Amino acid sequence: MIRVQQEDFDVAAEIARLKEGRSDIGAIVTFTGAVRDKGGAVTEMTLEHYHGMTERELERLEAEANARWKLQASLIVHRTGSLQPGDNIVLVVTASEHRDAAFDAARFLMDHLKTNAPFWKRETGPSGSRWVEAEPGDAIARQRWHQKHAAE
Amino acid sequence: MRLMYFAWVKEKTGIAAEDVELPDSVATVGELIAWLKTRGPEFANAFEQSEVIRAAIDRSHARHDARIGQAREIAFFPPVTGG
Repeated sequence: MIRVQQEDFDVAAEIARLKEGRSDIGAIVTFTGAVRDKGGAVTEMTLEHYHGMTERELERLEAEANARWKLQASLIVHRTGSLQPGDNIVLVVTASEHRDAAFDAARFLMDHLKTNAPFWKRETGPSGSRWVEAEPGDAIARQRWHQKHAAE
Repeated sequence: MRLMYFAWVKEKTGIAAEDVELPDSVATVGELIAWLKTRGPEFANAFEQSEVIRAAIDRSHARHDARIGQAREIAFFPPVTGG
C-alpha cells in the first residue's frame, strides 16, 4: 500500500495495522526518513510533488519490490507540504517470512524512491530559501541494484 | 496538450500548468524543449540548462529523445529530491 499525505505517521501504529489478524509474518523492517536542521541551516522544509505521477511511481516501485522478493506486506508513506526539523518525511515498511527479503526490499524501495518519485524539497533557513539539489550518490545507489541484477 | 512545470522549473516559467497547441514540427521531448525556449525570456531561462531537466509523458518518466505521440500531459521538472 502507498500513501501520500500531509499528516505525520505513527510507525508503531502502522506496524500494528500491517500485522493485524495475521501470523505468517516473521520479519518486519522499517525505514523512517526525517528532516535534519543541518546545524541550524534549515528551519523549514517544504515538499512539493506531482500529484498523480507520485502515486503511480510509488505503486510501480512497490509492485517491483513485490515481484523481486516474497513479501507478506509492504507500505510506503511519504509526506508533503511544510515540515520542521525533526519531523518525519518518509516511511517504508516491508514484512516477510525471513529477514533478508524485508531488509533488501526496504533498501530497494528507498533507493528507487530517491531517484524516481517526483518530490522536490525546498529548504528555508536564516540565509534564505533554496531548492535541494539531487545527490549524485542517490543515482549510484539505485544503479547498484541493476548491476547486481545483471550479474545474477 | 497540457504542460506542467514543477519546483524551480515552475518558478522560472512563472506558471504551474498550461494548455498549448504544439507545432507539427515538434515530435520529441527534446524538440518540445527547444520550442518552449523560443516562447520568451522566462522560458529561455527555465530551459537554459535543458540537459538537467527531467520530463514525464502522461505521468511516466521519459527521456529527451522520447516521442510525444498522442500524449495528453507532459511535465518538466528538476531531478527529484524526495525521501
